[in-house]
Amino acid sequence: MAAVHANDTDLIVLRPQGMYCPAGDFYIDPWRPVDRAVITHAHADHARMGHAHYLASRDAEHVLRSRLGAIDLQTLTYGEMITINGVQVSLHPAGHVLGSAQVRVAHAGRVWVASGDYKTAPDATCAPFEAVPCDTFITESTFGLPIYRWPNDADVFADINAWWSANAAQGLASVLYCYSFGKAQRILSGVDASIGPIVVHGAVQVLNAAYRASGVALPDTQLVTDVADKASLKRALVLAPPSVAGSSWMKRFGEYRDAFASGWMLLRGARRRRGVDRGFVLSDHADWPGLHSAIAATGCEQVIVTHGSVPVMVRYLEEKGLHARAFATEFGDDALDDSAPEAAITTAIVQA
Amino acid sequence: MKQFAALFAAIDATTSTNEKVAALKAFYENAPDDDAAWATYFLAGGKPRQSIPTKVLRSAALAASGLPEWLFEESYQAVGDLAETIALVLPPPIRDDDESLTTWIESRLAPMRGATPEDASATLQSYWQMLDIERRFLLTKLIGGGFRVGVSKLLVTRALADFSGVDAKTIALRLMGWTDKNAQPSTAAYAALIAPVAPASDGAQSQRTDGAPYPFFLAHALNEPVEKFDSLLGDPRDWIVEWKYDGIRAQLIKRGGMVWIWSRGEELMTDRFPEIVKRAQTLPDGVVIDGEILVMREGDDVPQPFNLLQQRIGRKTLSKKILAEVPVQLLAYDLLEFDSADLREQPLSLRREKLEALCAASHWPLSTTVNASDWATLAQLREESRQRRVEGFMLKARDSRYGSGRTKNDGTWWKWKIDPMSIDCVLIYAQAGHGRRAGLYTDYTFAVWNRAPQSADEAQTVVAAIKAGLPPGELQLVPFAKAYSGLTDEEFKRVDAVIRKSTVNSFGPVRSVAPSLVFELGFEGINLSPRHKSGIAVRFPRMLRIRDDKPIHEADTLMSLNALM
Ligand SMILES: [Zn+2]
Ligand SMILES: [Zn+2]
Repeated sequence: MAAVHANDTDLIVLRPQGMYCPAGDFYIDPWRPVDRAVITHAHADHARMGHAHYLASRDAEHVLRSRLGAIDLQTLTYGEMITINGVQVSLHPAGHVLGSAQVRVAHAGRVWVASGDYKTAPDATCAPFEAVPCDTFITESTFGLPIYRWPNDADVFADINAWWSANAAQGLASVLYCYSFGKAQRILSGVDASIGPIVVHGAVQVLNAAYRASGVALPDTQLVTDVADKASLKRALVLAPPSVAGSSWMKRFGEYRDAFASGWMLLRGARRRRGVDRGFVLSDHADWPGLHSAIAATGCEQVIVTHGSVPVMVRYLEEKGLHARAFATEFGDDALDDSAPEAAITTAIVQA
Repeated sequence: MKQFAALFAAIDATTSTNEKVAALKAFYENAPDDDAAWATYFLAGGKPRQSIPTKVLRSAALAASGLPEWLFEESYQAVGDLAETIALVLPPPIRDDDESLTTWIESRLAPMRGATPEDASATLQSYWQMLDIERRFLLTKLIGGGFRVGVSKLLVTRALADFSGVDAKTIALRLMGWTDKNAQPSTAAYAALIAPVAPASDGAQSQRTDGAPYPFFLAHALNEPVEKFDSLLGDPRDWIVEWKYDGIRAQLIKRGGMVWIWSRGEELMTDRFPEIVKRAQTLPDGVVIDGEILVMREGDDVPQPFNLLQQRIGRKTLSKKILAEVPVQLLAYDLLEFDSADLREQPLSLRREKLEALCAASHWPLSTTVNASDWATLAQLREESRQRRVEGFMLKARDSRYGSGRTKNDGTWWKWKIDPMSIDCVLIYAQAGHGRRAGLYTDYTFAVWNRAPQSADEAQTVVAAIKAGLPPGELQLVPFAKAYSGLTDEEFKRVDAVIRKSTVNSFGPVRSVAPSLVFELGFEGINLSPRHKSGIAVRFPRMLRIRDDKPIHEADTLMSLNALM
């Protein structure tokens, strides 16, 4: 081993570029350009431009390329193991979005898992979260407070369908703001497409194409410019990134109802601040019970907490008798307002 | 309780007024009468009778949640509402409950009054176990005090009118007193509320005894230079010119020995102004006066500042002290009904004559008219507006009828307001907007200096301290106003970009920014306010322009604000 690290037992450490495996000499979701990057998933704050070599899951290939273009990408099927500088590396489903993976790193008898973002709730558009036994588990904590407990997906989709039907009956388009990558496709897979036509923003359509190319079945979706019968827009479900709210793009729908789909919509205050007619509670992150069941299922002794409610999670896990500490990462915390990742995707689409 | 909880959630879930009314209507169509009565009581603003001390509520919730106290506290900090926090952190229910709202209120909650903290806690925990998040929230709100439904009395009135077919003004009148401490919601009271109106028994001569107001006639803003008035408005002597007072526009109705006072928003406010009701004993029956409610001492001709009136409106109970210290009068502008005859079709000059006679006979306060033979003289007189605590002039054509709303068919009324005051201030906090502007930072908090900075450098030390999260030093930016209108979409976008780049900290939805932008903020009034950190409250603030030409150290100070008062 060339560089001997201060804490010799840590398989993954934090460097200015991102999370780093000294033994294998590679980074996981680095935020500055590096030579070798293992990517957990294609959200813009985890998969950045400018690395020399990328490693990601096979399922992530299409979405990753639709975002980053011609990159030097090696893919692994879930569970497939390779060796990088003597370190065993494999990827395991994280259930967050299509192609999302936890990175398992094993070396000299130690096993660490970096989860990226994950959820334990079901999602028809990606492989379900899989608990991977390890010594140290690196977890996100976006919704790391006990107030966050997701309702059943089936109930949420029933609510969305009822909202859409009621609007359609009144001749009003139903504009549902959601993140273009992941959330939009999950909604598409869950709604009742017989209610009316589905129109999507260009940012969503690009990712729909990547999902379909990856073998995920989605109902028919059209760009608003491709809708021949403009009257049908009055019955349409419209999926668009939150950044288009208030823009001229919205003008073509005439009078409409709007809603926002996000885990943050669980809180009344957050719904009110969003200023939309409705909020639907739908998240691609683990809720409080999900975070703790995932951590428990790994059987780990140490937890390292990244983006989200970091101090709360660390203190709570410490009180539960685990070793817990934090990594100060530069991942977005999926903030209530338009997050950086969303803006980056939109820009990428415009440039493409 | 399921139906009411669903109604509460539906009202809470939507920002659309029509959907709120639709949800209310659907509720009334399906709810049994006793539940509808209780729901009406709460919707109209009635307060639950029993309340459990917050301390007991918290400790019961903490026990039921199984969380460490610090984590419960963290959760509360994130949610910002105790009942909502409790509803969310408790484990899922273990059984279901189907009792009606009436049963919950009368048989379950009422007996909790006066229970020991131990008993109250145990009972509460057993109730929480049988309710989902929606109903848990409702129940906790009901017993924890502070219960409010996100719907105005006006919407409830509209929904009840829609549902029952009874005219909305009649419903509003019947709803009076529903939320009194001593009122008991009952099926009988509810039946009376929505009963059809009995047709008048005798012919055309029957005198009205109901308390319904007339639609208010509203004025248009006049923003032209005074030089154009001759060609626009003609001879000033064809106009009745009055001071434009800054109070609450109201109609006073006296019919059949009863008095009603309605606001322009058609809200019945009779019980808020007992001294006006008392004074109305001197008025004859069959009279409707249009006027302005002002805080005004007997014999004064300048009203007290508007914020005193606002404070008085905010009072739940009117003590003798308040009535003595903050007395109100209804200054008469117009006479819409006299001797039970509707005068609205008659020209204003005639109505004014009758009004003057009535006010003289009944010692009723009358708005004075201002006479001048040319507009330039009036423009000069208008300069006295600030000293007189008025907003400028009202111009009403002598031959105008009393129209409805903002129509011009009946002759025009103009409000000729003075220019707003303005101040240059610094943007320090921002919050995202709503509706069309959701996702853009459009709601801003502005500050002025506590004293003038000595130099640009001294101002920059304050910026540096804010960036570093250090406590403020001797030189400070003091927040004094919030505003969210006045800029174009393009300007909002530009400011939004600056805010995102210069964010120092986020507190929930609010961002604090490193001060860099100066705005000219206009407002229409300024008052002392002990409740504000600056000691000052401004009325109707709006952004006049972004002062890109001004560095922050040249922004105004608290002294300059004080000078406007
Ligand atoms: Zn993600
Ligand atoms: Zn993330």
